[in-house]
Amino acid sequence: MSEEKKLSANEYLKIESNYLRGTLAEELADTSTGGITEGSGQMVKFHGCYVQDDRDLRANRRKHKLEKAYSFLMRVRLPGGVVSPKQWLHMDWISENFANNTLKLTTRQAFQLHGVIKSQLKRTVQEMDKVALDCIAACGDVNRNVMVNPNPHLSALHADTIKLATEISEHLLPQGGAYHEIFLDQEKVISSEEVVEPIYGKTYLPRKFKIAIVIPPSNDCDIHANDLSFIAIVEDEKIVGYNIAVGGGMGMTHGVENTYPRLADIIGFCTPEQVVDVAEKVLLVQRDNGNRCDRKQSRLKYTIDSRSTEWFVQTLNEYLGYEIAPVRPYEFTTNGDNFGWHQDETGNWHLNLFIEGGRVVDSPAFPVKTGLREIAKVLKGEFRLTANQNLAISNIPNDQKAEIEVILEKYNILKSHERSALRLYSIACVSLPTCGLALAEAERYLPVLVTELEEVVEECGLRHDAITIRMTGCPNGCGRPFLSEIAFVGRGPGRYNLYLGGGHAGQRLNKLYRQDILGVDAKEILKPLIEDYAKNRQDGERFGDFVIRAGYVEATVNGLDFHKNIKPEAIPS
Amino acid sequence: MIPSHAPFDPNQRTIISALIPTLTPEQKAWLSGFLAASQGGAVAAPAAASKPLTVLYGTESGNCESLADKVAKEAKKKGFKVAMKNLADISVKDILKFEHVALIVSTWGDGEPPEGAVSFHKEFMTADLDLKGLKFSVLALGDTSYDKFCQTGKDFDTRLAALGAERIADRVDCDVDFDDAYGTWKESLFAALGTTASAAAPAIDLEGFAPTVEYGRKNPFPAEVLDNQLINGEGSAKETIHLELDLEGSGLGYEAGDALAVVPVNSDGVVTAFLAASGLSGTEQVEVKGEDMCDLKEALTYKLDITGLSRAVAKKYFALSKSDELGEIVSDKNKSEFKNWSWGREVVDLLELFPVQKLGAQALVSVLRKLPPRLYSIASSPKAHPGEVHLTVAAVRYEGHGKARKGVASCYIADEAKSGEKVQVYVHKNKNFRLPVDTDKPVIMVGPGTGIAPFRAFIEERGETSAKGDTWLFFGDQRYTYDFLYQLELQDHLKSGALTKLDVAFSRDQPEKVYVQNKMHEQGEEIYKWLEAGAYFYVCGDAERMAKDVNTALIDIVAKHGGKSADDAAAYIDALKKDKRYQRDVY
Repeated sequence: MSEEKKLSANEYLKIESNYLRGTLAEELADTSTGGITEGSGQMVKFHGCYVQDDRDLRANRRKHKLEKAYSFLMRVRLPGGVVSPKQWLHMDWISENFANNTLKLTTRQAFQLHGVIKSQLKRTVQEMDKVALDCIAACGDVNRNVMVNPNPHLSALHADTIKLATEISEHLLPQGGAYHEIFLDQEKVISSEEVVEPIYGKTYLPRKFKIAIVIPPSNDCDIHANDLSFIAIVEDEKIVGYNIAVGGGMGMTHGVENTYPRLADIIGFCTPEQVVDVAEKVLLVQRDNGNRCDRKQSRLKYTIDSRSTEWFVQTLNEYLGYEIAPVRPYEFTTNGDNFGWHQDETGNWHLNLFIEGGRVVDSPAFPVKTGLREIAKVLKGEFRLTANQNLAISNIPNDQKAEIEVILEKYNILKSHERSALRLYSIACVSLPTCGLALAEAERYLPVLVTELEEVVEECGLRHDAITIRMTGCPNGCGRPFLSEIAFVGRGPGRYNLYLGGGHAGQRLNKLYRQDILGVDAKEILKPLIEDYAKNRQDGERFGDFVIRAGYVEATVNGLDFHKNIKPEAIPS
Repeated sequence: MIPSHAPFDPNQRTIISALIPTLTPEQKAWLSGFLAASQGGAVAAPAAASKPLTVLYGTESGNCESLADKVAKEAKKKGFKVAMKNLADISVKDILKFEHVALIVSTWGDGEPPEGAVSFHKEFMTADLDLKGLKFSVLALGDTSYDKFCQTGKDFDTRLAALGAERIADRVDCDVDFDDAYGTWKESLFAALGTTASAAAPAIDLEGFAPTVEYGRKNPFPAEVLDNQLINGEGSAKETIHLELDLEGSGLGYEAGDALAVVPVNSDGVVTAFLAASGLSGTEQVEVKGEDMCDLKEALTYKLDITGLSRAVAKKYFALSKSDELGEIVSDKNKSEFKNWSWGREVVDLLELFPVQKLGAQALVSVLRKLPPRLYSIASSPKAHPGEVHLTVAAVRYEGHGKARKGVASCYIADEAKSGEKVQVYVHKNKNFRLPVDTDKPVIMVGPGTGIAPFRAFIEERGETSAKGDTWLFFGDQRYTYDFLYQLELQDHLKSGALTKLDVAFSRDQPEKVYVQNKMHEQGEEIYKWLEAGAYFYVCGDAERMAKDVNTALIDIVAKHGGKSADDAAAYIDALKKDKRYQRDVY
């Protein structure tokens, strides 16, 4: 890090914000606009909100003498994605009264509300607070929502990992009172500066920071998309410790080759007791060494690549004051969800539902929002948001299963996952119309595209063969596109880069297959490959592996390799 | 040039029209004096020894005031010693001093007097006075589409007589189209007062000297539409139109606070359905009172109110149809039920429900009242938009009894008044809705929905005059994102300082309904401070609920933050009204 380089603008914003206050309170009180200034836009992210506008409506707003149709995305922190029925009911009510009538289940097991207008932002936070939910640090240069596999088979393991996730989340939560003052009208607590943010300090992290806990063989949380992951090592149905994975991450920028998705390095092993400490120290190494001049180079993945993995491990050990242990063996088989009914060792039932695009909304054929509301009214268990934008109804006592099934049947939810495997393994980010970063459609278009591809898949007899397919409106990676077997990453209206060859268990990055294709051409482009796969795959061979063996794309070995070895035909001349 | 309804035949019209433009101002003045003299001067009799006549009026929209003004001027010419007084400005006992009273008063909403006349009316109805010797006549203005038609005029008429005053000319009740009725009343009034004859010399009224073509109520100006813009965002449940009209060459002037009358046209679809229901072809020749013969379709399109279903219209139609069922509906015992029955219905439903065999075109015309112009509060300051006038119009569309219904004027504006089209308009002065002359005075404006219209004009005016006084707007509508009328302009006004403070209430953005009066309560302390600092308080918009709620809120605020009893707070508000610091433009 050269000291003479100018810090990025966000660093000054943080420094001058008085621990994330800035001018946010005043701007929220300004009724003349539904928006906020750019600086406050950065600040409000730390409090879990993004200011957005309805891009579908942009064209005519000025003519109507109206400003852009501003609203806020609110991301609700839910360590491990666990929600009580009471919380579900209240979030459902909030979504109907303050948001766009939908709940979005995110790829990081959080709730997202969309379309909350500025005048209702505080009120919405206050409503969440009534059921002990918040959006502190759901976005911003801090640790984000901590993910956990919603493991339906072993409740004991889930209980352990949820406890851990909550501990990590609480430990790494910003301590400053800004959120409570601004949104909950709490009195400002006067305290000396050192104790305001003992972990983060005034400038917080260089960039966002993501943590996940997985239980092999499921890699549903996609460890390679996280800055830090803990891979549970289970012996005799007990977690004996965790492998530590660092430096994963998705985001990149089109045309900027020193930005790239990167696989995490599995650097060692720690005991359950050490996890919170390790998490803190990994975060501190990044806090002290991450790039604060160029936000496109500031994630932990670049901190590691700009030095070396060895340097990182050595530095981490120094911060810890002890050495992390050698990596233990583990194996991932999938990063998808385990749909349908499962019974755990205590006899309780878990049902993993499919929620397309993570969007909980009623449609005439699939009144899932109403159905889940009815379930929440009686459920003795809990809800678990999965890492793949789906939902598990969990810990249903054996004697309540029948009652729940009746409701599921009534609202046509029971068979939510009786879809093609392709659809079940799909992920789309929100994208248009609200996301300011979106270059192309995603959540609104992927279902359409999957329907087209289903024709091909069905013809080839692959209805039950899972292929991970993900679509994002931009290359920042909310939908973890670079870890899927087929990925569409938006470039412009209706245009996408097509990537192939990701590992089915999220263990390998994919590779650019065609740059800048029209979404409407996707079916014709993919059809011959899928037919080839159906005819010529080896026993158990996954689509992501096949396209590499068949020579459609080269395998991507690591992040630095992502933009290399691209076939000439991938890029239009 | 000469308006088509002026009392000339086409030949005369051509000659006069050709002559007028060639005249110099002196020639015009001479001619107008000559003509006036040749009319009254011939029978010149000694002036009545300056008989006193007090013209009392209670006005809401300004119509009564302008009629009072008219009758006063004419009386002056006839040699009366005329005093013109607003009921808002006199006390009940003052009436004891008068000898001859011409009272002109309108009725609003559910039989209520005009805002300014409320307290006089209330006191007078219970006052114990001996009015023997007082001679009076009442002209009542109203709207037959309301149940308690001309109620206030009736009240005064009855009460005056009850207190011993002598009714020298019968009360005349006027509908929206009041010219003819006014003429009748005026004639009988002057006849009763004694043909006191005019002043010795014929007045050459140079003051009121008119331009070549005078546009106004009798002769609306065809204003070109410059812009017709929907100002609700896509996704709104509302349809509010911002209309910009060109007044260039009209000679029409206005001030912020005035209203613009728009002469609507019935839509093709409505006329066609009406004709179909009547069984008439539309080519029948008919006569609409006071107008040339024309075919029925033209009369239905331009001249007659073919939608408004008042009890008066229904009764007249019953005389034709003689349907027992309709007879029941319009019977006096069902008077209060009529409102319910007629809600969401139009005249066409009468034709369909109670068809008349061989309905005559002229008979049908006689059932209908004249198509009244609609008044819209002007949304522009003439200083900010010279030569233009802007309106804010909410298109009224709803379903009633299975049919799509639409407001005649608002949908005419929304659907027909597109850029380049012409709309017949005239200015309607509203002297009771004016910014303070002293621009240092603070103003508070409450204008939800299209009630924002005059306040857009006020804020522009404050900007153009670089007013130093603070300006505070309360606005409200359904939803912030889609219904924040003139949001971008208001943001600019906040930046420039023309607007100091803005509070908004959007009723459908949260589970509870939030209205402007709720926001007023939140800001009660500040509002009281402003009032104490001499602020003027304005309300525009819905009379039935909003204006009442705002009034209640204001009294509560004064009571709470001024530490006053309810009575004292009400008195405080009354004083504001008397000082013209509390003005309303409600409808």
